[in-house]
Amino acid sequence: MTESPSSSNSSRKSSGFDRRAFMAGAAGAAVAVPLTARAAGDAAGAPTPRDASLPVNMMLRINGEDRPLSADARTTVLDALREHLGLTGSKKGCDHGQCGACTVLVDGRRVLSCLTLAIAAQGAEITTVEGLSQGDGLHPMQQAFIDQDAFQCGYCTPGQILSAIACVKEGHATRDEDIREYMSGNICRCAAYPNIVAAVKQAAPEIEKG
Amino acid sequence: MRPIIYQKANDTRAAMQALAAAAIGNGAPTESSVQPLAGGTTLIDLMKLDVMRPSTLVDITPLADSWSGIDPQNGNLRLGALARMSEVAAHPAIQRFYPVIAESLKLAASPQLRNMATLGGNVLQRTRCTYFRDVSYANCNKRNPGSGCAAMEGFNRMHAVLGTSDFCIASYPGDFAQALIALDAEVEITSKAGVRKMPFAELHKPPGDTPQIETVLEPGDLISAFAIDGRWPRSLYLKTRDRQSYEFALASAAVALDVRDGTVSDARVALGGVATIPWRAREAEALMKGQRFDDALAQRAAEAALAGAAARQHNAFKVDLGKRVVAHALQRAATMEI
Repeated sequence: MTESPSSSNSSRKSSGFDRRAFMAGAAGAAVAVPLTARAAGDAAGAPTPRDASLPVNMMLRINGEDRPLSADARTTVLDALREHLGLTGSKKGCDHGQCGACTVLVDGRRVLSCLTLAIAAQGAEITTVEGLSQGDGLHPMQQAFIDQDAFQCGYCTPGQILSAIACVKEGHATRDEDIREYMSGNICRCAAYPNIVAAVKQAAPEIEKG
Repeated sequence: MRPIIYQKANDTRAAMQALAAAAIGNGAPTESSVQPLAGGTTLIDLMKLDVMRPSTLVDITPLADSWSGIDPQNGNLRLGALARMSEVAAHPAIQRFYPVIAESLKLAASPQLRNMATLGGNVLQRTRCTYFRDVSYANCNKRNPGSGCAAMEGFNRMHAVLGTSDFCIASYPGDFAQALIALDAEVEITSKAGVRKMPFAELHKPPGDTPQIETVLEPGDLISAFAIDGRWPRSLYLKTRDRQSYEFALASAAVALDVRDGTVSDARVALGGVATIPWRAREAEALMKGQRFDDALAQRAAEAALAGAAARQHNAFKVDLGKRVVAHALQRAATMEI
């Protein structure tokens, strides 16, 4: 991998050393593309016997960038992001579609990256928390989570924020009870729920403006 | 998760060809080494748990081009099997003419899961029985035929009280299927041999002595659409659960009424959370037809709906809860403004 995995996180101050950059770099450095990798998604016809243990070459479009990787066909989008591309913003909570910590946008719709196969997500536009900020400016939902103190430990926050942005765009953020219902797929063990509702309400008008 | 081969089927013919390997052998389709992949919300989860162990996944999402229509027509609804739950729940005509369908979808799972899961996959969603989902329990007749049932004398608070057998008491977890069965839906199945249709009520099989066989589908079959005759504006889905949102039903009811001048000309009642399969309460319906609707009638229908219930140690509460859910759903439906 020639590109720093954290380079797409343009909002982060690049001065000196920080733990997140080290972790992300260490995760990204583990990637190597074996020569035996096979091309993905080419079989429209009858099954041909192949070795399922071999990695597959894939191309994911993440935060506006094409990101090649080579991984098992069973690799989820979440594992592709975290273990292969060094994008550790999306969090692994339950890994079974029950907690929402891994929520990303796929073609603008919020989905669970832990139950989405990376190989099947090729060709789609994937948005993670790393792709939200513009330059040094935070996305209005990120700013609202800070302003409203909408997290404690922060582990569920990237998923909460992606889910909240989709919640607003779906038109489900006009009433408190709608926000609670349509944010129910994101569990917060610290129970910051009232503050999360407040954050969604704060950011909604700005997101709706476009 | 075990290693897999992934194939993308770009059209129906390719899907049928790729799934043909699944048709070799005569096991249950859920046991086949070749599985169709749509939303993946059940399949990928169960593969991670090692409950399902396919070696090949055939991605059928490209078939959505022709299999995802939401077509209310003039009172003859057709729903493509690859339509996403969230799209159908948000469709204005579904909300207006089939509220029981819109509500059953909206009250299921989470927004993220509803964005992923398709209608066809949803009706085939597999039980949440903890003993089925945890492979460290050897005795599960559904997962390991002939091994016994750990739930019988285990923690069975979430389990079924209707349609059970000595082999399995796992409850059917879905919501949308109750709406379909209540409205006499037809299911369209596409296979290599062509397209066939049958009543949705015939799709699921009660556990009996073969709980591993959950539907009449054969390996290689794909659900391609659902169809419903007529509109049901006086219908709703009532779901009770341990949490207000994002939880499976303890007891739920899909009800639809046609009430003319205070008299019930048609009534539909289906139960969720309490039965091993999507459960139509035909005794309750028959008892109401031709009668004047009042609270006493709703109560009698509720008693009839749960009359055959057989509870275990921890789930007896579902019998009373189920009755209250049915009665309340009928009362609400009767007073709906449509």
